[in-house]
Amino acid sequence: MPTLELSNPAALPADWRDFVALTKPRVMSLVVFSGLCGLLVAPVQLPLVLSFTAILCIALAAGACGALNQWYEVEIDAKMRRTAKRPLPAGRMERQSALHFGVALSGFSVLLMGLATNWLAAALLAVSILFYVIVYTVWLKPRTAQNIVIGGAAGAFPPLIGWVAATGHVAALPLLLFAIIFLWTPPHFWALSLFVRSDYAAAGIPMLPVVAGFESTRRQILLYSLPMAFAAVTPWALGLSGPVYGVCAAVLSFVFLVLASRVAANRASEPVGMDAEKHLFAYSVFYLFALFAALVADRWLPW
Amino acid sequence: MVSPEDEVIRRRQRERARIMALLLGAFVVLLFFITIAKTGMNW
Repeated sequence: MPTLELSNPAALPADWRDFVALTKPRVMSLVVFSGLCGLLVAPVQLPLVLSFTAILCIALAAGACGALNQWYEVEIDAKMRRTAKRPLPAGRMERQSALHFGVALSGFSVLLMGLATNWLAAALLAVSILFYVIVYTVWLKPRTAQNIVIGGAAGAFPPLIGWVAATGHVAALPLLLFAIIFLWTPPHFWALSLFVRSDYAAAGIPMLPVVAGFESTRRQILLYSLPMAFAAVTPWALGLSGPVYGVCAAVLSFVFLVLASRVAANRASEPVGMDAEKHLFAYSVFYLFALFAALVADRWLPW
Repeated sequence: MVSPEDEVIRRRQRERARIMALLLGAFVVLLFFITIAKTGMNW
């Protein structure tokens, strides 16, 4: 298809595909999946359309967070290779459009969640959006190397919200699911930030490898993996899930710890020598999917 | 005569209007089924 060179692309109405890109669809998949798992393991089952709406609201709220994050971080995104082609730094959209889109999507998702399920789930959804945008993006991320440790709570809300949407109250199992994602986030992001360290350094983001160096980050990855593995097997140990989940959690967490140990033993300072970090990052995504899938299978399949 | 830039603007406006119409239509259908499900729960 022939393309047209435009004098000022941002002066055009933005393409609808760029609005979709603002929502970070790839990141959204894990959020939606963990929210769905929270909903499916709950003891109360919602009618199908209300379950669908609850998951839709979680997805829309995640999209809103992505849009507001990109609105706020446009200068930072422009400095990093990984993010420079996003709609705002690439100049394909006005900054104000991203702000309006993010705010509208946030309000819509919270209201729809409240109307379709219950207002506690809606309140938790609102808290998760505000936590991600204000506490993580605006406050912590540009200021401290602990940004991802505390900010990780924002990504840990979806299974709790899914559970509360179904039951209307908070319980021990969804709090444990929250804890698993909360403790999983630092090793996951630090593995990534080790091999894209130069990007974060160029953008002035104080990620742990930039501030504390490679060795300290690798040690922290292993240290955080231990309580994460402990939290992962706790639902089984407390009798909140069955042995199928317990065995899967133990095996998956053991492999995670092995990969984290390989990262801790690695001494490379260039991305070409960071296969251990790349393996851990890729495995960490699989780990969370597999762990939550095992929990749902344990709840639903007639073993 | 319509300039190529105007043509791009109109094409994008048409596309966005179509997507918006589809989303609003889907929202109306969703609200209908939510209402049915909520009233069904209270019977």
